[in-house]
Amino acid sequence: MAQAPELKLVPTPGQTIGPFYGYALPFTDGEKLVDRAHPGSIRLHGTVRDGHGTPIPDSMLEIWQADEHGNIAQETGSLIRDGHTFTGWGRTAVDNVGHYSFTTVNPGATGEGKAPFIMLTVFARGLLNRLFTRIYLPEDTEALAGDPLLSSLPEERRSTLVAVREANGDLRFDINLQGPEETVFLSYPRNA
Amino acid sequence: MSTEETPESFENSHVLDPAATADSQETVSKEIEDIHASYREAVADGAAEETQPRIDFAPYRSSLLRHPTKSLHHADPETIELWSPAFGERDVHVLESDLTIQHNGEPIGERIVVQGRVLDGDGRPVSGQLIEIWQANAAGRYVHKRDQHPAPIDPNFTGVGRAITGPNGEYRFTTIKPAPYPWKNHHNAWRPAHIHFSLFGTDFTQRMITQMYFPGDPLFSLDPIYQAITDQKARDRLVATYDHSVTSHEWATGYNWDIVLTGSNRTWMETEEEH
Repeated sequence: MAQAPELKLVPTPGQTIGPFYGYALPFTDGEKLVDRAHPGSIRLHGTVRDGHGTPIPDSMLEIWQADEHGNIAQETGSLIRDGHTFTGWGRTAVDNVGHYSFTTVNPGATGEGKAPFIMLTVFARGLLNRLFTRIYLPEDTEALAGDPLLSSLPEERRSTLVAVREANGDLRFDINLQGPEETVFLSYPRNA
Repeated sequence: MSTEETPESFENSHVLDPAATADSQETVSKEIEDIHASYREAVADGAAEETQPRIDFAPYRSSLLRHPTKSLHHADPETIELWSPAFGERDVHVLESDLTIQHNGEPIGERIVVQGRVLDGDGRPVSGQLIEIWQANAAGRYVHKRDQHPAPIDPNFTGVGRAITGPNGEYRFTTIKPAPYPWKNHHNAWRPAHIHFSLFGTDFTQRMITQMYFPGDPLFSLDPIYQAITDQKARDRLVATYDHSVTSHEWATGYNWDIVLTGSNRTWMETEEEH
């Protein structure tokens, strides 16, 4: 890839989401990218933990993903869902024990041989700026082995980005902000 | 707003946060000063200027166990990361940008207009995107159940607004000036008055949440969240400007605040592909 061009303007700094977003940002059905009755619907769930392994009860998560065919939606209507349109984006606050749950579909590969993943953004009280990461589906081992990001990581850290498929088809993905199992968080070109 | 669904206990509220300490403001201010001094030294020695807050910033006690200790890993953005969800009139009603008309009566406090533009790092307006705000009322109290600050709730003020940016990235909210409020980071800790902003760009990698402050707030130097941005020029970017041309006769005072997101990667990568 060519070198990313320099930014013309300096980005505004981020700040923590703080403790009081709960009445403002989460919205009805924010966690339901599809209805539970949707064919092929799955639950994506897990727990957000701090450096002591203690669940964080005041974190908010957003996911953004392709549909089951690998198409990227550009449909409006995420905030007031009609129950039919797939917008690809969801938001949820964790519960009192740091657990989150989305109802969604397995994203398809967005290109030939690409490893499908869901993009995740983490916000929390105590976290001064948002964190980005990827939730890879575990199945396509060949694509995972060839994935440029995963290949650039040491073996022991790679697994923090790959979700676990549970017996009922659900995906489990825990997020550790710190500690021995610390999730790999990402920076992008031009992120400043 | 889905605030009524789950009964909440106060067991794990911020009020009882184990990270809350009895440290004095002097102790916390000294820690901030020391970090800033070594930052300025590093810059004088040629280090790059910082534009974002440190995520590892001990004076903000809650950050201690909630920041990654390993450096962020570089990723070349792919497909989904180069796009953002789409929002529009279906998502946000035009009246949601006026926080003073959400109830039957007028909220108490100083009516203000906050307006500005959302741009990306290349100076391009971010149009048709979602912008969300939330804030305390004129007494420094949030509607949120976990806020136990004994200041009055205003039945005519929720403190939540949304808008979709215009064709030039412009936004405009009418609201009430929030007050500072106490928190438990250390003894006698007070947050400067602020409005929380949530923003989307054209790429999801530009997603950000931040806080807008008001000019001349005497609490700036004491606040470990604001001071987690070690660079004065960067801190200044979070402070709105009073603008008398936004102020309207016998109605509301006005503030301007432009927001710059990080750079889009989609645009230049697509251009590369075309050539």
